[in-house]
Amino acid sequence: MPTFDYAPAPESRSVVTLAPSYDLFINGEFVDASGGTPFATINPATEETLAMVAEASAADVDRAVKAARTAYTRVWSRMSGADRGKYLYRIARLLQERSREFAVLETLDNGKPIKETRDVDVPLAAAHFFYHAGWADKLEYATLGANPRPYGVVGQVIPWNFPLLMLAWKIAPALACGNTVVLKPAETTPLTALLFAEICQQAELPPGVVNIVTGAGATGQAIVDHPGIDKLAFTGSTAVGKMIAHAIAGTRKKATLELGGKAANIIFDDAPIDQAIEGIVSGIFFNQGQVCCAGSRLLVQESIAEEVVRRFKRRLETLRVGDPLDKNTDVGAINSARQLARITELAAVGEAEGAVRWDTGCPLPKNGFWFRPTVFTEVSQSHRIAQEEIFGPVLSVLTFRTPGEAVAKANNTPYGLSAGVWTEKGSRILWMADQLRAGVIWANTFNRFDPTSPFGGYKESGYGREGGRHGLEAYVRTEVSA
Amino acid sequence: MSTPDSADPTARARDLLGVSRLTNRALSGALHGLHGVDQVGCELRAAALGTRSIKADSKRWAIDLAISMIDLTTLEGADTPGKVRGLATRALVPDPSDPSTPSPAAVCVYGDMVATARETLGDSPIRVAAVATAFPSGRASLPVKLADTKDAIAAGADEIDMVIDRGAFLAGDYLTVFREIVAVKQACTRADGRAARLKVIMETGELVTLDNVRRASWLCMLAGADFIKTSTGKISPAATLPVTLVMLEAVRDWREHTGDMVGVKPAGGIRTSKDAISFLVAVHEVAGEDWLDNQWFRFGASSLLNDLILQRQRMTIGAYSGADYIADDAPSAY
Repeated sequence: MPTFDYAPAPESRSVVTLAPSYDLFINGEFVDASGGTPFATINPATEETLAMVAEASAADVDRAVKAARTAYTRVWSRMSGADRGKYLYRIARLLQERSREFAVLETLDNGKPIKETRDVDVPLAAAHFFYHAGWADKLEYATLGANPRPYGVVGQVIPWNFPLLMLAWKIAPALACGNTVVLKPAETTPLTALLFAEICQQAELPPGVVNIVTGAGATGQAIVDHPGIDKLAFTGSTAVGKMIAHAIAGTRKKATLELGGKAANIIFDDAPIDQAIEGIVSGIFFNQGQVCCAGSRLLVQESIAEEVVRRFKRRLETLRVGDPLDKNTDVGAINSARQLARITELAAVGEAEGAVRWDTGCPLPKNGFWFRPTVFTEVSQSHRIAQEEIFGPVLSVLTFRTPGEAVAKANNTPYGLSAGVWTEKGSRILWMADQLRAGVIWANTFNRFDPTSPFGGYKESGYGREGGRHGLEAYVRTEVSA
Repeated sequence: MSTPDSADPTARARDLLGVSRLTNRALSGALHGLHGVDQVGCELRAAALGTRSIKADSKRWAIDLAISMIDLTTLEGADTPGKVRGLATRALVPDPSDPSTPSPAAVCVYGDMVATARETLGDSPIRVAAVATAFPSGRASLPVKLADTKDAIAAGADEIDMVIDRGAFLAGDYLTVFREIVAVKQACTRADGRAARLKVIMETGELVTLDNVRRASWLCMLAGADFIKTSTGKISPAATLPVTLVMLEAVRDWREHTGDMVGVKPAGGIRTSKDAISFLVAVHEVAGEDWLDNQWFRFGASSLLNDLILQRQRMTIGAYSGADYIADDAPSAY
């Protein structure tokens, strides 16, 4: 009997029109950069160059900040909340209308599977704009404090793992609260941000309200250091987050930082086991594990550890690794050669430390950056792969004996972004949620996001919240009335 | 775990449960000790399986497989010999315009129509399945249910689709459910020693929770079911993907436990090729490809065949034909 081989089901690229090169988006227009060196952005699944992208210099950032300031003072801060909301609704609808284009472009530039960009990244990005559009005229009632007012010009630096979604998490609340924005997408994934710039034009958003400057670390630094920036919002590595905190210490600038994580996904012996296996899979292999809140440490009760690992390995055999544009692909490409090197190095460290490495040995494409879904068993708390954020499809399995020990191990990390708890016992979920020092705790699920729910970290995972009512607090000043 | 004599399900159940006497308490302990099912997570997984995109050759293959897995069904009070003859003829010639079209696995009828179906099907490999045991409610005494079964067997049924006593199940009287299945299974053996395969309908729409579905699946398998089946088709919801997913997990785990394979039959509500292919994807990715055979997986359906033929024709001629190009022997009478 022939096996059930799924024929290739590639999503068409034709919906996307790529320009050979892209300029900066400042004051409502695409403009040439001054001085910087254009850089290539590539498709990590094939290493094909997609386009050349301008590098914004400090002078370009200055132009962008000035445009944002003018737009803030003359237009956006004077506009009623209801009118700001109209623009946000318009952007949200345009994102929906052009969702396929965004999904394909994101997959091309990032390497993540089309089913994720199509079903998660793009719909959630639109949802963030819809959600915050609703808040724009109701800030007075959001219990933020007396007379909530915008900061002014917000500098935003976002990572490459969810390029469009992180843009939405940043821009939607900033605009809803009346701020204007200078945003820098990551250098490996600038294209959806530039397509978003087109959406801003299409929505007839007043010039200067959103400015997009592309570039790498130096461009980001120029934003952080610019005196015209009132507030910074950053998502990325803890190391860069610390540099930003240093840089703005002693200035009037405020910051929210959403940084790394090493989340514990905790499986009790009474867990709904088949769903827990799915939760482990999505916890660590969603977006190739390049997720700050990834469930990269599996804490499983020792009495069921063997069964869980066996079932988990069996499940990995059905994961489909390959062409991100194929609608049946579960695991796509790693975003960059640099990230692949980092994952490869840490996995080698895990082996050297004595943990037991396993993967399915599935074939990988010849070109591009690929890493097989990998699991390490017999991992100890003192192993580097249990401590450091790998940011890739690598799971470390640890065991515990009691709920108290699970909490102690889960909290024994400098990070504190997320955690998962799997048990059929409701009271234990509540107790665990109370004990775990993490900003987001999922019960019997993992990696679920919603604009109404605040997201953010404890400890070295950063500060400030994004999403929900709490997320608005990051973009308003309030006053104590006399 | 060893499986001594599968001909004596009670002895085997005792062995599997590790008890010297099979009591309701022993059964409850085992069934309630199964891992729980989180409904939200199960529905998410089912939805994810539903997004698989099956194209080209794999679609053609899946359509033919799905056709070969159908239990072509008519279970109406208004069934007549003519209707059943039509249905059986349709099973023999599913698409007169294309003789390469595979036949369904079986024709499924009420017990009193078995002889009619058998006569039309002649010596073709298409089997005759009969619903029995006071289908669909199952509200009759055990002797009546057994007589119903034996009657169908005597008329030539190759397969029996029985219903469990949902009342007993919901009342926690698992032993009664177990004993009834064991008794019906015995009644499935013909004088010549050959046994009809027994499909056990759990009527998951009445069991409601996925925890119940998992427990009922294990209870049926413990009692010797050859197939576990979702529904009678008379209760809504019938065969949903999440329910079938839980059953596929159950047969997978059962094989791991005992080494034996048990079949799965979703029935009722599966009408389109797209739905059927989603179920096959679930079979493939959850139970494994060993189940991708009509010996181990069936669709209980009446109108599904029409859509599968429509899609099959489209893949052959490159355009949709239309309802008038699908020979239909079982249109609605109303």
